[in-house]
Amino acid sequence: MSDEVKAPAAGERPARPFGERSGGGDRPRFGGGGGAGRSGPGGPPREGGRKFFRRKKVCKFCTEKIADINYKDYRLLGQFVAESGKIVPRRLTGVCSPHQHRLASAIKQARNIALLPFAGRAS
Amino acid sequence: MNRTYELMFIVRPDMADEDLDKLVANLESTVTSASGTVKAVDRMGKRRLAYMVHKFREGIYILMTIEGAGTVIHELERRLRVTEQVIKFLTVRVDEEHKRLEKIKALRDSRKKASAQPAAAAEQAPAAAGEAPTADMPAATV
Repeated sequence: MSDEVKAPAAGERPARPFGERSGGGDRPRFGGGGGAGRSGPGGPPREGGRKFFRRKKVCKFCTEKIADINYKDYRLLGQFVAESGKIVPRRLTGVCSPHQHRLASAIKQARNIALLPFAGRAS
Repeated sequence: MNRTYELMFIVRPDMADEDLDKLVANLESTVTSASGTVKAVDRMGKRRLAYMVHKFREGIYILMTIEGAGTVIHELERRLRVTEQVIKFLTVRVDEEHKRLEKIKALRDSRKKASAQPAAAAEQAPAAAGEAPTADMPAATV
């Protein structure tokens, strides 16, 4: 991604060991520019001064008032599952805690009934 | 004895239609003989499975909604385990979930009706808004 190319040129932050795609296991504490794979923070272009913070991601279920998170609607659940089949952490999707719990149980139920895979790309 | 369950099971894809009907009829009679009621049977058709199950890549999904005590499900699952055509099944208890959804729906409907009458909206809206956080609390513990 073009973001990755600009980051080493900034020079302010230490070089990251690997080019992360979805922030797996990386420190979430750094304000701004942490998640590669999300749209960059709107605001001044990135030149090394990351004083602005990324916009607050909102919970999709709270805003759209989706009350029913069912294991049967695999398309909705599939949005919160990574390419590898893993459940995406809520710091990346912005889901609130109670909804993330329900989402996780629904995904696990869907996995058990072969609507979602345990590992690998969903067909 | 008013528990509602959703039983979803997968049948091998090369099964004939009449065999499928026989199987479903069998299960329904099991439910009724164990003093339960079958609310609905939904044949979701042939679907591609997310992973191989018993060497099959596809399967016919069937969803049954059943009302009854736990013993009904116990018996039903025992039969499903023995049936060779059924390759996977999952039972979920849904009465609590339905209760929670009904509550949310009722709350939203009452709020909508309140906003439809602007005169009463002033009194009812804060009352409904006051109910909403407390109503969400028991739901979150589910």
